[in-house]
Amino acid sequence: MTNDISQGLSCPLPIDNYATVVLAHGGGGKLTHQLIEQVFKKHFSNPDLDLMHDGAMVEVNKGRIAISTDSYVVSPISFPGGNIGELAVNGTVNDIAMCGAQPKYLTASFILEEGLRIDELEIIVESMANAAKKAGVLIVTGDTKVVPRGKADKIFITTSGVGMIPEGRNIHPSKINAGDKIIISGTIGDHGMAVMSVREGLEFESEIRSDTCALNGLVEAMYHASSNINFLRDPTRGGVASTMNEIASSSNKGIRLFEQAIPVNGNVRSACEILGFDPLYVANEGKLIAIVSSVDAEKILAVMKQHPFGKDSSIIGEVTNEHPSVVVLQTVIGGERVVDMMSGEQLPRIC
Amino acid sequence: MKYLDEFRDPAFAKTLSEKIHTVMTKPWTIMEVCGGQTHSIVKSGLEKLVPSTLSIVHGPGCPVCVTPLDIIEKAVLIASKPNVIFTSFGDMLRVPGNSTDLLHVKAAGGDVRIVYSPLDAVTIAQKNPDKEVVFFAVGFETTAPANAMAVWQAHRNNLKNFSILCSHVLVPPAMEALLSSAQNRVQGFLAAGHVCTVMGYEEYIPLAKKYKVPMVVTGFEPIDILHGTLMLITQLEEGRYEVENQYARMVKREGNVSAQEMIFKVFEITHRKWRGIGEIPQSGYRLKEEFSRYDAENKFDLGLIDVQESPLCIAGEILRGMKKPFECSAFGKECSPEHPLGAPMVSSEGACAAYYNYKRQEVSTI
Repeated sequence: MTNDISQGLSCPLPIDNYATVVLAHGGGGKLTHQLIEQVFKKHFSNPDLDLMHDGAMVEVNKGRIAISTDSYVVSPISFPGGNIGELAVNGTVNDIAMCGAQPKYLTASFILEEGLRIDELEIIVESMANAAKKAGVLIVTGDTKVVPRGKADKIFITTSGVGMIPEGRNIHPSKINAGDKIIISGTIGDHGMAVMSVREGLEFESEIRSDTCALNGLVEAMYHASSNINFLRDPTRGGVASTMNEIASSSNKGIRLFEQAIPVNGNVRSACEILGFDPLYVANEGKLIAIVSSVDAEKILAVMKQHPFGKDSSIIGEVTNEHPSVVVLQTVIGGERVVDMMSGEQLPRIC
Repeated sequence: MKYLDEFRDPAFAKTLSEKIHTVMTKPWTIMEVCGGQTHSIVKSGLEKLVPSTLSIVHGPGCPVCVTPLDIIEKAVLIASKPNVIFTSFGDMLRVPGNSTDLLHVKAAGGDVRIVYSPLDAVTIAQKNPDKEVVFFAVGFETTAPANAMAVWQAHRNNLKNFSILCSHVLVPPAMEALLSSAQNRVQGFLAAGHVCTVMGYEEYIPLAKKYKVPMVVTGFEPIDILHGTLMLITQLEEGRYEVENQYARMVKREGNVSAQEMIFKVFEITHRKWRGIGEIPQSGYRLKEEFSRYDAENKFDLGLIDVQESPLCIAGEILRGMKKPFECSAFGKECSPEHPLGAPMVSSEGACAAYYNYKRQEVSTI
């Protein structure tokens, strides 16, 4: 419904076809409904969402479920290889998949800054819908709030997700054993450096693109090959180094990494050298680390390499009973060093 | 990656390591001057590749570490002022002053921004004519040309809202201060490659002669450092004390003359205080009189600054190569990268942070 105020009405009706988000879009009234209809429902539509109830009522199978939630505040909101919307869907899908679960449903909550262009919002919402479709999940409920200009930065998104854990899958640090192999599903540091190179205006021969993607398909392929998957994590903020430290400390096992085996794209390495970052600490949004029993490591690696999101997979290390809770890196040059948890904030607002 | 992978080649590293083992017949103590070299040594685990009788001590070449506490406090005071955009290299933000650090100033609403070049600060000043933009100009001879260029550009564009808080320090006077100290135990130096890229290495020749100490201008990649170490050990074993240049792909004897011209257009040599070491004569740069309007210390009334170092911190002894970080009672306990007591725990080039990040496992077993 649009009112054309140019047609000589003596009493001007309130404008309701704004090109930008205004505070009333979050007020719960007409404009909120219009925004939901014209932007969110238009792209996310499915029977559970379309009911427009206070919450979604969905079917689940018997057994265990995995639940996760994450907020996204990346700046800039679009970057080579993706935008905040795709990130918000893929990030939560991946967190669910790292529980060994099959992600089913997402919720999406938006905090919009007054003045955000509606067409910019629609691009983000549309890419969320595409990402959800690719990942095979439904966005079943959501929320929108608008805050005055300057109180947020364009758009913040929170997504929560639910997934089903098939029988026989058990991801737990206590399952990690000495001798297990550590596999990464591809090159590291792509997302962090893609965002950073936009912020710093760095240009390379070919663009650094974010690796954002949903990893649930890859996880299913891996489980199809073997159930000897003891642990899964996606190394997002803090990068591989921080994730490996968390794993070492929660399992009380030592971790040995081989620098030579860790895949890094040439441009990412260059950008890291220029800006003084260590790729081990740079965020990924489409990579997983799997800790698997050594007997099936090669089999799982082979399957991962066949998958479009795992073609650069590599065994990058192993679990040991030596130096419990500590991550040690064998350097390219043949030396050794401890890889510590990241201290402070390397790249603020990366996801 | 071209020009980097060649200098991280494991086979070449092995050859150099074997040569060092062959050449070395007695224990030696050498110092790498530059924090970039410290970082590289610890990050690539190079100490495993040299004989255990070779003691590598880490020098005073981390600009973050040697910037005196009162300058940090001045930075905090300026950055806290309402109409100021305070710009700095990222490392300086976490250095604790007396009361707080720049990160906390930012959290409390101060406009503190990380820049990768001082020229970015000039651009910020041009875009914000109603704000005072201050750049934290710290560092050795390496950062001096770009900082001088920033002041020069501000001067040419007649920018009235740009200034620098200057704490520039120079390497050769610091090396002389170490060498002339009665407690000195350094027998040879890996001289700082980047500093020499700018300044050349002529000024090191009289130092080497006077103190009979060999020096090798050395690069920053693992192969550079192993190669520089081999050259230095060879000199020590043969009883020579010359200045040699391992980093010839970057460093010329006379240095980068146009960079030096830019420095001396804007700066002049002055006495400087070094954190943990004290005042060293003729060891820094300050703005020349005709550029004094770009000096933040003149521009802002900061009053008297009274600062106290933590009594637990032994940064001075670490920066002079007298102690290693794990010999400090606060190391990894009261002092960590999250809660640094002294600057060497802050910067990635600081010896304490490098040890904390990369060598804690060894430390815990010592």
